Amino acid sequence: MLDLKGYGPALIEGAFVTIELAFLSLALALFLGLIGAASKLSQNRVLRGGATVYTTLIRGVPDLVMMLLFYYGGQVAVNNLSDFIYDTYGVDFFFQFDPFIAGVLTIGLIFGAYMTETFRGAFLAVDEGQIEAAKAYGFTRWHTFRRIMIPQMMRHALPGLGNNWQVLLKTTALVSIIGLTDMVRVAEQAAKAERSPFLFFIPVALVYLLITAGSELFIKWLNKRANAGVIQGD
Amino acid sequence: MPEMIAEWLNQNEIFTATTLLHYWGGLVTTVQLVFLSLLLGLILAVPLAILRTVKNPFVSGPIWFYTYLFRGTPLLIQLYVIYYGIAQIEGIQDTFWWEIFRAAFYPALLAFTLNTAAYTTEILRGAIVATPQGEIEAAKAYGMSWLMRIRRIVLPSAARRAVQAYANEVIFMLHASAIASVVTIVDLTGAARDIYSRFYAPFDAFIAVALIYMVLTFALVYGFKRLEHRLLRHLRPVGG
Repeated sequence: MLDLKGYGPALIEGAFVTIELAFLSLALALFLGLIGAASKLSQNRVLRGGATVYTTLIRGVPDLVMMLLFYYGGQVAVNNLSDFIYDTYGVDFFFQFDPFIAGVLTIGLIFGAYMTETFRGAFLAVDEGQIEAAKAYGFTRWHTFRRIMIPQMMRHALPGLGNNWQVLLKTTALVSIIGLTDMVRVAEQAAKAERSPFLFFIPVALVYLLITAGSELFIKWLNKRANAGVIQGD
Repeated sequence: MPEMIAEWLNQNEIFTATTLLHYWGGLVTTVQLVFLSLLLGLILAVPLAILRTVKNPFVSGPIWFYTYLFRGTPLLIQLYVIYYGIAQIEGIQDTFWWEIFRAAFYPALLAFTLNTAAYTTEILRGAIVATPQGEIEAAKAYGMSWLMRIRRIVLPSAARRAVQAYANEVIFMLHASAIASVVTIVDLTGAARDIYSRFYAPFDAFIAVALIYMVLTFALVYGFKRLEHRLLRHLRPVGG
């Protein structure tokens, strides 16, 4: 059996941190992506402009730089805020901005921009007639969005969503750089201490491969469900 | 103008000539690292992509495995394995290779090259597979050999189809190169981290470097748009 020199439990715990981080970031990214796509497609120029600035800025900056900015900058911002509150209201509060929060915020924000593009394309692919029919039935705009647009665009969004998820999962490794004890960080510390990088990094790499392979199957299944009733040409 | 810059530099506590030079050094390192890894990755990827489309599973199988491995795991892990792993190779410290790999630059270059080669191989493979059958049949009818077909017909037409996806890969690589700062390389991000810790000024240090990356990114996007425009000239609608 594989001898992990006592680091086994820490690695497993780290793997769960990675998974938790990935899922929370995904939830934030999906939420931001829906809002972003809705803004990009709206009639309101301010919303459209805001969403365009958001996606353009995110695409220009490396994820690690943004993470460092959020982590170190976030702490400074929180400290300034608590100083300000102390000076004006006399309330003393301290908040430690931890790497997990910084990681979720950064990854969610970055992938929110990618999701925006995915969802935007998918919304555009929904048949115009469906929306007209909803209008004819007297649906409100929110109702049309929730009942007609979202279920029908999912089938177009799924392939892009799947790709984004795979990239997101790999991006979570970066959070180890700002000090989160995920499996990459545990493996790095163990590899340094025991001077055996292969022993610790190869199992971690395998966990990533396992998760990607598993989600590939899951997305295939979702795709099949979302496309039920669609006659596919070749 | 020069006086204005001098004045600005004098008033500014953080962006002094020293820190600007530090950023400049980081920029040079980042550009070197990204350019070299992309170049070497592309040189590796062209033959790999061609062999990946070969029917024989003993040829295409190992290449599939390589690309699957490098695309399925985080680049950070690949960097760590190569950076920490090379020192563990038995007896390497006695050979001349140690002189090369002792510094962090070459292990990082190796990791980035292998990573981008894997992605580029898959991009090119997709483009090669999509070659219209008629073009290949026509080449065969002209009596072209396999090698000539690849060189004259398949690769030029695949390159046109691949350029858009490859542009994304180039930008991905530029952004991914930021992790080089983790293994002690002072690239752009590394310079920003130094400046952050010297002045404890996260916003100044990281927003400045984010702007530099943004300029690089948009320059690349523009460059590739021009290239695409040129390469796909024959597909543009008349008068478009």
